[in-house]
Amino acid sequence: MSPETAAPAKMHLKTTVNGRPVSLQIEPRAILLDILRDDLGLTGAKRSCDTQVCGACTVLLDGSPMSACCTLAYEAGGREVETIEGLAGPHGLHPIQQAFVDRVAIQCGFCTPGFVLATKAMLAEYPRPTRSEIEDFLGGNLCRCTGYWNILDAVAVAAGRLESANGRSEAS
Amino acid sequence: MSAIAAAPPLLTAIGHDAPRIDAIAKVTGEAQFAGDLRLHGMAYGRLLRSPYARARITDIDTSRAEALPGVIAVMTGRDLPAADPYYGHALKDRPILAIDHVRFVGEPVIAVAAESPAIADEAIALIDVACEELPAVVTIEAALAPDAPHLHDVVNLRPGLFHGLGDIHLEPGNVCYHHTFTRGEVAQAFAAADVVVEGQYTFPAVYQYSLEPHTTIAQWIGDDDLTVWSSCQHPFLVRAELADLYALPVAAVRVVVPYLGGGFGSKSYTKMEPITSALARKTGRPVRIANSVDEAMVTTRRHGMKAWLRTAATSDGRLLAREVRAWFDTGAYADNGPRVVATGADAAPGPYHWEAVQVDAWGVYTNTSPAGSYRAFGASHLQWCGELQVDEIARRCGLDALQIRERNLLHRGESVRPGGKPLDADLIGDIRRVSAGLDWETPKPAGIVGRGMSVGLLAAGAHPVSTAIVRMEADGGATLLVSSTEVGQGARTVFGQIVAEELALPLEKVRVLGGDTGVTPYDRSTGASRSTTIAGLAVLRAAADIRSQLLAIGSRVFDLPQEALTARAAAVWHEGESVPYPDLIKAHFGMVGGELIGHGEVRPERGSGSYAEGPVFWEVCIGGAEVTVDAETGRVTVNKAVSVADVGKALNPRLVEAQEMGGAMQGIGNALHEEMLFDETGTLLNATLFEYHVPSIADMPDTFVSNIVENADGPGPYGAKGVGEGALAGVAAAIATALADAGVPIDTLPATPERVWRALEAREVGTVNEGEARR
Repeated sequence: MSPETAAPAKMHLKTTVNGRPVSLQIEPRAILLDILRDDLGLTGAKRSCDTQVCGACTVLLDGSPMSACCTLAYEAGGREVETIEGLAGPHGLHPIQQAFVDRVAIQCGFCTPGFVLATKAMLAEYPRPTRSEIEDFLGGNLCRCTGYWNILDAVAVAAGRLESANGRSEAS
Repeated sequence: MSAIAAAPPLLTAIGHDAPRIDAIAKVTGEAQFAGDLRLHGMAYGRLLRSPYARARITDIDTSRAEALPGVIAVMTGRDLPAADPYYGHALKDRPILAIDHVRFVGEPVIAVAAESPAIADEAIALIDVACEELPAVVTIEAALAPDAPHLHDVVNLRPGLFHGLGDIHLEPGNVCYHHTFTRGEVAQAFAAADVVVEGQYTFPAVYQYSLEPHTTIAQWIGDDDLTVWSSCQHPFLVRAELADLYALPVAAVRVVVPYLGGGFGSKSYTKMEPITSALARKTGRPVRIANSVDEAMVTTRRHGMKAWLRTAATSDGRLLAREVRAWFDTGAYADNGPRVVATGADAAPGPYHWEAVQVDAWGVYTNTSPAGSYRAFGASHLQWCGELQVDEIARRCGLDALQIRERNLLHRGESVRPGGKPLDADLIGDIRRVSAGLDWETPKPAGIVGRGMSVGLLAAGAHPVSTAIVRMEADGGATLLVSSTEVGQGARTVFGQIVAEELALPLEKVRVLGGDTGVTPYDRSTGASRSTTIAGLAVLRAAADIRSQLLAIGSRVFDLPQEALTARAAAVWHEGESVPYPDLIKAHFGMVGGELIGHGEVRPERGSGSYAEGPVFWEVCIGGAEVTVDAETGRVTVNKAVSVADVGKALNPRLVEAQEMGGAMQGIGNALHEEMLFDETGTLLNATLFEYHVPSIADMPDTFVSNIVENADGPGPYGAKGVGEGALAGVAAAIATALADAGVPIDTLPATPERVWRALEAREVGTVNEGEARR
């Protein structure tokens, strides 16, 4: 495509973001991260490495963690997008968020939304993850501040709380 | 005042794991970083960067870019809208954009502002620049060769505004700074020695990698009102440099600092603010420039270093003398390089009883990306080299690593360097904690396993000038105005705790604003572990000022002398009777409204606060490590890392520990993984995080042991001294000494599998690549 050509034709994107329907005209080349941040004002997902290494832009697509910096927006068509802004409910923080707060698994906070969402996807698959499962699953999220210790701690606390909450709901 | 100030602190808010006051905003994604801000009418800037390490620009054609719809402005080094196009922290060697010459691959040459980032990218591709490529010097050795081309006319460079290193005298060539000192009779001490260990060492250029790359928005109103929102650690130094560039009074420039996505020194001093503000001025609209990671990597980095050291001792392991020569690669522009060189020279001897020391350290220009601050600079460069030699002497004298240190370390109150602050820590107590953390006396596990420890000192605190303001509102809540940047270390939380402590308020009643030079008062910088110690003391004094005012009002209300009153639980008390703060403020102003304003400042306690008279405190850089080496692959596993935070008083122990954990992990990265690789053309080969390995959760040691030592021996609030840098230098050096203990001496970091494997092979064939014994 020559840069001097006119702006490319737009296409229609219908998706669901944090439970709400979204309908937008987008350029075919539009990146999901830009649509979320610039068009929808959801700036919790961050741009860092831009090469799918650091995980700062992690969002959930039908529950699976994706690097929004390397995902075309049209790939979200007809699917459920979940960002950090959708996680806390009317009664407060999600248990994973609360665990990150309680265990001080946060310093600068730039990686935090990505880590929280990746943890949510991990715990859905592995409710009691081993250290090696955590290393595999969260190896795609970088943190430069914490040395990861408090994040490991928060993951364990969140897993315990979610398990006991699920246990209660199954028992009832 | 004195009677009140002397009252012992209650320590209701201090010394506890208060929750971070920014945690909710950060865990919900609501915390705003510079890249999350959008101004009405904001344009997007992009840069054309040099593909050459050294070249003369012969022609620039921007016409096709300017004709592209959506392009607002194209700016070159020839049409910079600044009174003075040159800036630089130590030396004014750097143009806002390249003027006629480029000096490194990645140097900004042309800036474009457009309606969208995509259009700006397209415009960059339409610019034609003709260059005459010139021979470049991309290594320290090449830059110091007698016939090397000179990067700058150093003799005529003007000094930067605030480097604090005295007059910098330079000879023609590529040396931007030389720091030297001699103590005692070095030649004599070496001649008398029983054991001499000598070696050459290489430390890599390292990328700080704060997750948030540099992001700046600039907006002009007219020609004399500039506001910059920037991911910067030192807003007041940025403000001063911008005012200088545009010949404006400092008050005409406002620097606002949103939450920072990490800094680690990469956002120290001035980075992208000059280009962004110039482009905004040229454009007549607000402009944002957001670096990508590959751009951030060539914006600043850690200095690579080559060093030669030798150390002399008696046969019974008494250290006698050390001689050090170190060359720091500062890249194409000096930035903070001279300070890095000075701090490295300071750290080079190590905290031992020496009869004689000679240190020479040079900052060297090369045609590579500029180097500046990175956490624990100086100590990270040289501590591991000196500690390897101490351990080698111990081996030759039949001592172990703990014994030789117990025998030679400085004691509290002894001189670290003439004219500077005496030692303000218990190093022998600290190193014993490291040995305990390593289970020093127990047998090592099977395999190629080593245990190492290291100890050093870092001149910390930078320049001791900070101010703070506390406002107590009519409802009795407090707002703290302080300009130390929240980079993630928890500064706002700890400052809030100090205010809560001094005013006997719950932490929820204290609000801490972010840095904004138009609102929050002067603070020199955020780095060198200074925020808690220096800005924290200004905060304490500002809060104590409010407390004095409350007690003075209380004295009138109770009709009692102030000495009879106390402040606690958000009220002023006399025996069982109390008046809450809001009632006191109402009594003072005669009606509901008004506020009390408290002021606090910190100035040098003696002398000018210059580098030579410092430091504010000596940060103890200490650590331990146990490593296992895989004989097949050379891969090093850190089984255990140990840190000791010698902090005087931990105002928030959990945050202290968090600093240690993060610093230790960066130490593991520096020691084992991280290295910026420049090819012979000066091009960075590993410019993405695919090729540049930042430690992930899979690189954690199996065990981390952190110790907090509280001897109340710091100059900060409640006896505190800073934390944050020590674990990086300490643990990185301990990994090097642990490898030597495992029989794998490494003289080049990082200790990659290849280097370790080669060292193992060399051991097999019986060659020794480090040290030389002499009787």
